[in-house]
Amino acid sequence: MNGKAGTAIRLVDCAKTFPNGTRALDKTSLEMRGGETIVFLGPSGCGKTTLLRVIAGLESPDEGGRVYFDDEDVTSQPIEHRNVGMVFQSYALFPNMNVGDNIAYGLKVHGVAPDKRARRVDEMLRMMQISELRERRITELSGGQRQRVALARAIAVQPRVLLLDEPLTALDALLRERLRIEIDVLLHSLGITAAYVTHDQGEAMAIGDRIAVMNKGAIVQTGSPREIYYKPASSFVADFIGTMNRVTGTLRGGALELPGGRIDWADQQGSGEMQVLFRPNDARIVEEAGAPLRGVVEQQFFLGDRTRLHVTGVADRTVVVETTEHREFRVGQSIGLRIEPGALLRLRD
Amino acid sequence: MRRTPYFWLQLAFTLLVCSFLLVPVFMSIVAGLTENFFVGVKSGFTTRWIGVVWELYAPTIFRSMYIALATLAVTLVVGVPAAYVLAKRPGMATRLIEEFLVLPVAIPGLAIALALIITYGGFRDFRTSWGFILVGHVLYTLPFMVRSVLAVLSSFNFQVLEESAASLGAGFWRRFFGIVLPNARSGIVAGALTVVTLSIGEFNLTWMMHTPETMTLPVGLADSYASMRLEIGSAYTLVFFIMITPLLVALQRYGVQSTRTRKGA
Repeated sequence: MNGKAGTAIRLVDCAKTFPNGTRALDKTSLEMRGGETIVFLGPSGCGKTTLLRVIAGLESPDEGGRVYFDDEDVTSQPIEHRNVGMVFQSYALFPNMNVGDNIAYGLKVHGVAPDKRARRVDEMLRMMQISELRERRITELSGGQRQRVALARAIAVQPRVLLLDEPLTALDALLRERLRIEIDVLLHSLGITAAYVTHDQGEAMAIGDRIAVMNKGAIVQTGSPREIYYKPASSFVADFIGTMNRVTGTLRGGALELPGGRIDWADQQGSGEMQVLFRPNDARIVEEAGAPLRGVVEQQFFLGDRTRLHVTGVADRTVVVETTEHREFRVGQSIGLRIEPGALLRLRD
Repeated sequence: MRRTPYFWLQLAFTLLVCSFLLVPVFMSIVAGLTENFFVGVKSGFTTRWIGVVWELYAPTIFRSMYIALATLAVTLVVGVPAAYVLAKRPGMATRLIEEFLVLPVAIPGLAIALALIITYGGFRDFRTSWGFILVGHVLYTLPFMVRSVLAVLSSFNFQVLEESAASLGAGFWRRFFGIVLPNARSGIVAGALTVVTLSIGEFNLTWMMHTPETMTLPVGLADSYASMRLEIGSAYTLVFFIMITPLLVALQRYGVQSTRTRKGA
């Protein structure tokens, strides 16, 4: 048990082709700083779980790929020698053992003496706030409790890296939110390097120090949640994370002309027709008189913390606008909009 | 609740069917304990015939027991890992192998016995040893063990359990004995009871394969029916009953239990 917090992980040219010829992962290189939480985000089948399994040692990369933990080349090490902690969507707790024995399992395998083992199990139970569950059978636990036990079991051995494969997907929304916060706090208080796989962009934004967005077996963009959200590198990323408006306008005389008005855009080069993107919360609702853009409310959705409007007439297609204002809108009502040029995005693809 | 005439009719029918099945069993037991069955129970009860059975056929009883245990040992050592491998690699090939494994159940025991005799009959020492019977029994019971274990292994995702054990540092053997086997226990026990019960009661194959030195209990039964007094044959049946009933009860109870735990998991 020589695990220390903050192992840096480096993948070099890791691809994965399965025996049946399916290419699950294209050549991928990636660096994870020690103590960093990185989220692999993407739709199902994008290769995110395969990437996680390559790091874990459950899959070996194709010829030429290498995996480093700090400076140690672990490519040929099977998972049992890598000292990684894993948390699965299905929890994967051992049904033949009670909660305490599940948490103690890794310690036992590592040859930790019984008294030290018991102390560590106590510590883990306290940390996850499940001390009263120690003697329980796994079948008697709720989903949230199971995932807490699974986390405790993975962390107990002080792994070099913690790998979480859709750990919250099987839980209901409220519990997911709560455990998400707990996991976030836990990962940062431990200072452990963590890789987290999810298809839920909200989860990715909340937990990741960095997000690696994946599609069709490749990482298409890596960056902080903010970068990914506001500076998507491709239309895939833009569409996958949150809602993105995509409108076509004409650039003329330092402004972008749209059917519903114009957006001053002095520093934009070129002219002619172009496609731009903007987030729903980047379109502000303003007084109709003198508004640079005008449209008509087609539908409104009250979401509690904000109101989402579908507005026609602004652009060549319906745009989505979100506001945190408390006012109510009517369908058919005309409204004014302002979009700052800084919020507009042009994508190459 | 008022019972309708229809209910009483059903009850009567059920009891009739039950008695149709149970009376012969009861008669057989009585015959084994009666001084003279042709005179009837008024000739008095005795355990004499059981003594005679013991004198004549004790070796067949012990032989049946150790062949059953040996069959169990072989099916455990071969069948459990086989089921594990089959569960781990699902696919066309696996399905085919599974079907092949089940074939001996579908083929008449006599035909299998004949095939074994044709093939191995030349090896005199083997042919006349109880090991020859063992081979037949293993062939016949192995599918039951494999199927039973396979069913349990397919009922939970043991591969992800193995992966999580591996991530915690456990090597293959530790995972197999510490995680896979304990969680497949219900299937292994159910399979084991089936194998022992089938082996003890196996007649078809064994009748064809046995030599006077390798006679088992069921073959002995046939022998006693053919050549002994009715009371002796019946007493022998009684002995067989006493041996097989606890196993059947255990099988029943464990079968019920394991389906319950699986539902709970």
